[in-house]
Amino acid sequence: MSTATADLAGGHAADGHGAHGHSADGHGADPHGHAHHPFHAHHFDSLEQQFDSGKLGTWLFLVTEILFFSGLFVAYVIYRTTHPEIFEWGHVHLNKYLGAINTAVLIFSSLTMAWAVRAAQLGQKKLLVTMLWITFACAGAFLVVKYFEYSHKFHLGLLPAGMFNPVMAEPVAGHDATGHGDAHAAGGHATGHAADSHDVIHGPPPPPGAGIFFSIYYAMTGLHAIHILGGMALIAWLAVRASKGHFGPTYFGPVDYVGLYWHLVDLIWIYLFPLLYLIH
Amino acid sequence: MSEHSSHSAASHEHGFAHPMPVPMLLAVFASLIFFTILTVVLNGAVPDFLELPVAMLIATIKALLVMLFFMHMVHDKLFNVFAFLSSVIFLGLFIISTLVDTGVNQPAIKEYRLTTPLVAPVQK
Repeated sequence: MSTATADLAGGHAADGHGAHGHSADGHGADPHGHAHHPFHAHHFDSLEQQFDSGKLGTWLFLVTEILFFSGLFVAYVIYRTTHPEIFEWGHVHLNKYLGAINTAVLIFSSLTMAWAVRAAQLGQKKLLVTMLWITFACAGAFLVVKYFEYSHKFHLGLLPAGMFNPVMAEPVAGHDATGHGDAHAAGGHATGHAADSHDVIHGPPPPPGAGIFFSIYYAMTGLHAIHILGGMALIAWLAVRASKGHFGPTYFGPVDYVGLYWHLVDLIWIYLFPLLYLIH
Repeated sequence: MSEHSSHSAASHEHGFAHPMPVPMLLAVFASLIFFTILTVVLNGAVPDFLELPVAMLIATIKALLVMLFFMHMVHDKLFNVFAFLSSVIFLGLFIISTLVDTGVNQPAIKEYRLTTPLVAPVQK
């Protein structure tokens, strides 16, 4: 079986010449006597066919991902068209600068991921490992910013519908403490000093159903954050394999596939950012 | 098969890989950052009715840059591109049919709400 496959592969022009300079690639030159690349699966004629099959599979997976997220985008469309007021009230409590910073972090991680794919294709092992770990670090930075955003909202009671319980400033309270610190007692800070103005929500009271904005916000950004976590696990796996020298000009599929996934995560964020943070 | 082989032979230096030139990657990155800053600056600076269309237009330009260059669509097989774009077409269909449905039924729902007295939830 393996001999037959090797013969097929050997007869293929793409693998016939040994000019790749990749030690494991040359047929017959393998010191272990294997007639094929160590990661060349037996059921594929060539490494190129193997790569193309994996790539098609990855694109199909990304199709399911878009369809998966499309349900949430449709929920967004329904509520944005029928209840625009809850979006106008809710988006004020999202920090568009933190959102923009996170967008930049993700775009930078996309750059390093694309660069990692290039490094894998050119067999630049050191650069590949470096780029993968930079991408991993950016993903971590994105989640740290997200953690601060989430925890601030939890603190203010800006939770999904059902748990939505915003900590509102008393309407009579001034913008700073001028001896009326007790006005902030409603916020649970009756300790004498006026509560920090960041601990309560100023401005108009929420319209009915405002929690739905936060349901949509947490569902969309939360599902996206889960994808970031999954991406981090995959990138770490790639970095470990890359440091073992697994990838080269004829075998870089896994880096390419994870790269595609990572860019899709970036792509979804590119839409989430204006839809949630930049409402006016 | 012969087409397959000649394609590989033409790019035999890197096998079947199409490494993206570094200047191109950097140019795409710079454009993406530029459009991100642009969309934040334009937020609140354009008339209300243009806010969403402008933000979506910029997001789509960014998405195209990511797809064409970072995701290598310019070098990918046409079949893969069609497969992926089919999901975008379906997303568009979902959103359009949702908007049509909301547009048709929402006035009737509002009228029903206004004309039908609210019933308090049953207390146990």
